[in-house]
Amino acid sequence: MSAVTSNIEAPAIGRDLGYKPFTIGKFRFERDEYFAHIFYPMGRHLVPIDAFLRALMRDVAWGFFYGTVNFDPVLGTVNHYGTVDLFMGLCNPGYREANRAYVETFDTKEIKATFEGMLDDWTNEGFDPFAAPDETGKPYGAKHGNNSKAVQRQRVVAKRMVGLPSDTGYRTDSNGYPVNRQFVDVPQDQPEVHAEPGFESEVHAFNLFGYLSRSDVTWNPSVCSVVKDSLMCPTTEENILPIFHGNDRVEWFIQACDEIIWEIEDGSSGKPRAKVIMKAGDVAAMPADIRHKGFSPKRSMLLVWENNDVSLPDRYRRGELKPYPAEF
Amino acid sequence: MSEYRTVFGSLSQYEKGGVEVIDDNPKYYVFSNVFEVASKSKPYEKICVGKNLKYVIEAVRAEGNSPWFSASHDEAALCMDGEIEVHFVKPEQPPVPETKEGSVKLTGEPQGQKMGWVKVRRGHMALLPKGSAYQFRSPKPGVLLIQTIQGENTVERWADICQTK
Repeated sequence: MSAVTSNIEAPAIGRDLGYKPFTIGKFRFERDEYFAHIFYPMGRHLVPIDAFLRALMRDVAWGFFYGTVNFDPVLGTVNHYGTVDLFMGLCNPGYREANRAYVETFDTKEIKATFEGMLDDWTNEGFDPFAAPDETGKPYGAKHGNNSKAVQRQRVVAKRMVGLPSDTGYRTDSNGYPVNRQFVDVPQDQPEVHAEPGFESEVHAFNLFGYLSRSDVTWNPSVCSVVKDSLMCPTTEENILPIFHGNDRVEWFIQACDEIIWEIEDGSSGKPRAKVIMKAGDVAAMPADIRHKGFSPKRSMLLVWENNDVSLPDRYRRGELKPYPAEF
Repeated sequence: MSEYRTVFGSLSQYEKGGVEVIDDNPKYYVFSNVFEVASKSKPYEKICVGKNLKYVIEAVRAEGNSPWFSASHDEAALCMDGEIEVHFVKPEQPPVPETKEGSVKLTGEPQGQKMGWVKVRRGHMALLPKGSAYQFRSPKPGVLLIQTIQGENTVERWADICQTK
């Protein structure tokens, strides 16, 4: 399967607004002023361009994440860690039962290159798909400029812990990370660290909440501390998670401050299962067979906790592991 | 212009959310609150509030001096409330074999080189480096979350701490 980007063919939407069309397999993506148009062998699907770019940004930045990234109830990707399924209607019973679901599998590098190209070309100057809606401009209209700096941000992945020598660094005013407007009351004091000579790289502490208060992105879990395959991935959330994340393993949430309301649906059928209301100090598991979307009325801090063991998706799929983490 | 107020929790003041079931079992979400758990725990009990196979998140009520602990792997401690010191010693002999996972409670005071200490407050995260011995000291009650691996001191009492219906 080859990824092809082309600006030779006339766009099927009939007007040249300056955006490149993108083709991968039998999928073709085009954009106009307001929509992403996705053409596939069984039809055409439209997604509002702001929602599409916000979802695409997460899919690209997360490396297709753990499991399924549903852009909306029809379009999405499934990560097989080396290959990626690009689908229409796969997680939508209406599409499946009518035999309208369509899936193609691509090498991760190929679909990543296509998605990165699309994100870069389709993001106009002034629009940051990682920012909260209140913090950024509009994505609409004919092509005008770009925002490559925003869409090419690298996700933070600490090897051991943020701030250690040779590990990922701190966020400060001077390196371009001011405190967010909704976190101006978050204390910025640093812990006292008294390391004896020779132990400077082991006796270590930092202000995680202060670090998070300076995050310039939303809904982007970043690895901050590591215990073997246990990854603590804090993130700051505001407005709405731009995707429905379908789990392929159990994931945990610890609410550090403020409140997030999660809508939980069955991962396969989309049938509503629960709402989970999380306030400061609350801890909840996201079972391996659900999908979830979060709503954060005020910017909040969420500690997403992941098990990075590569064997897990197969073990859950085979039924070797139950989809929930504890029995009582 | 509105002023934003960030709401954190503490032992003395927290508000708990919950699972509103539509068609599900609330137990699947293993829902608890670290401040509630710590408010009902003995000092330095390591109560499991998150479990992902062998990996755990433990909620710990920090009050007074803890026993000395050690692990063969890194751990991380996040202070959720209070002001807590963590003191580190490099033991003369590794107190925990490489093959053993989870933290181990040491008997008495470890012999070895002092590595230093940190003092953390709410929101501060400290490394508990592999092979070190460490002790928490907290004159007043506080709350820690420990990112670690399930060990002999990890306490699971889900039915007591989690929403069941």
